[in-house]
Amino acid sequence: MTLRVDLQIISDWIPDSAHVLDLGCGNGALLKHLQQRNITGYGLEIDNSKFTECIASGVNVIQADLDAGLSQFDDQSFDFVILSQTLQAVKRPDFLLREIMRVGKQGIIGFPNFGHWQCRFQLGMGGKMPVSKNLPNAWFDTPNIHLCTLKDFEKLCDQYGYRVLNRSVVNHEHKDTFGIRLLPNLFGQIAVYLIHNGNS
Amino acid sequence: MSDSLPADSVGLVTPSHLHIDKPLALDCGRILPQFDLIYETYGTLNAAKSNAVLICHALSGDHHAAGFNSLDERKPGWWDSAIGPGKAIDTNHFFVVCPNNLGGCKGSTGPNTVNPETGKLYGPDFPIVTVSDWVKSQAILADTLGIDKWAAVVGGSLGGMQALHWAITLPARVAHVLVIAAAPKLSAQNIAFNEVARTAIKSDPEFHEGRYQEFNTVPRQGLGLARMLGHITYLSDEAMGEKFGRELRSGKIQYGYDVEFQIESYLRYQSSSFVERFDANTYLLMTKALDYFDPAKDFNDDLTLAVKAIQAKSLIISFTSDWRFSPLRSLEIVNALLSAGKSVSYAEIEATQGHDAFLMPIPRYMEIFASYMQQVAKEVNG
Repeated sequence: MTLRVDLQIISDWIPDSAHVLDLGCGNGALLKHLQQRNITGYGLEIDNSKFTECIASGVNVIQADLDAGLSQFDDQSFDFVILSQTLQAVKRPDFLLREIMRVGKQGIIGFPNFGHWQCRFQLGMGGKMPVSKNLPNAWFDTPNIHLCTLKDFEKLCDQYGYRVLNRSVVNHEHKDTFGIRLLPNLFGQIAVYLIHNGNS
Repeated sequence: MSDSLPADSVGLVTPSHLHIDKPLALDCGRILPQFDLIYETYGTLNAAKSNAVLICHALSGDHHAAGFNSLDERKPGWWDSAIGPGKAIDTNHFFVVCPNNLGGCKGSTGPNTVNPETGKLYGPDFPIVTVSDWVKSQAILADTLGIDKWAAVVGGSLGGMQALHWAITLPARVAHVLVIAAAPKLSAQNIAFNEVARTAIKSDPEFHEGRYQEFNTVPRQGLGLARMLGHITYLSDEAMGEKFGRELRSGKIQYGYDVEFQIESYLRYQSSSFVERFDANTYLLMTKALDYFDPAKDFNDDLTLAVKAIQAKSLIISFTSDWRFSPLRSLEIVNALLSAGKSVSYAEIEATQGHDAFLMPIPRYMEIFASYMQQVAKEVNG
């Protein structure tokens, strides 16, 4: 089974036998993949059919709404807390980010970059809300209600004192091009960050 | 029941008996010198004896969980919606065992069986048994059947609590545990409802301190009242509203105290049919077992510590409209398992049926239940 590219990046960052929490874990593909390396943990998922897919593939999954926070989890109880392609869909990304760094020793956050040149072009020149492969919905029915750019995210991390330990920026073919290396906020479509609570 | 059985039924089943001639030390300090367990089985035990599933029944349940005991039986066993070929607990893959709990009134040793020491019915002299005693007695049944480890222990309500207790106290013998519509212990409100039920039974003049059988009578009124009360807590306001609303039996108000609303008629029917099939002393005893259940008690009231020993993977399920054991009560179990780093999944099912939802073939519930059990079957079959 081939993993979605951002999930492959995340998987590469997690060492064997770690304990992880995957927020908005979808059909559980990442957790299933990680099981092979003795990585334990749980997924959180609210969607009924994705939830059942997790159960059917033998992945631990808790039905929960991320907007309610992570109060069921103890402080620093996971090696990694993962939030992939979901940050932009929650009601309060700032609140969830703080919850992630409370329960996890490290956080792995992946999101679509709203600073990509196509987004900028569609809004700046076309005067319309951007629609792309990563953000396919129209403005009125999109679940992606809190879009941000790489710069925005890094600023928020900075504000909370979180250190960025690693960053991977790719296009939607999950390739890292010369342009992305030079100007990631302009050419990167998907960003994945590994962050650490600077205080500990 | 017509003469053809449904294709997804386990079919005609005959209960089995196990007589244990060894004394069983009970939590209350008393000893049962010998005892019988009645149980039903469905499906076939595989050569490795690794495909056995234990079903734990609820307050008024029994060993007859699926299929039919005779062609004349009007309704199948109490969990026929979940047990059978192709159903959530698929008897094509699993060997399913469902015993009647000790203290029950359907064939296992209890208040309405004969005390071998006196030659008379136990009646109120039957010792109060606990969930822990049930687990101990059923472990002996497992030994007898040659089952070292259950592929899964499954139960709803009080049965869910018993399943949880199995996983806590005999961790090496449970591979998976499914705890449905349960709670880690009763709340004061839960105990209060039980006490009203017990008071109803005990204050019936026909109760005779529990020796009603010696007087050739039954505390019909009291047991019926207890059941009416219980039944209200099993349903949700919404479910009752949907089913009965304010519908009147005769179509208009009579200005009297006879049955007028359909719900009154329904409760009276439930109560009178229950009295025919259940024993008052058993009812008292089962409610006590519920009240006493509290696995965290021996662990400084810390449920996380209590579940530390669990080796089983678990699935916890609750129902949105269940107010007897609400989703929050299931979450207490889930959170303890999470805190202890145990393997756990949790689903909250949208359902209007209240606590009774765990007995109903609600599509999403059955889909999750079946998906989980298919994983268990895969493990069992290598």
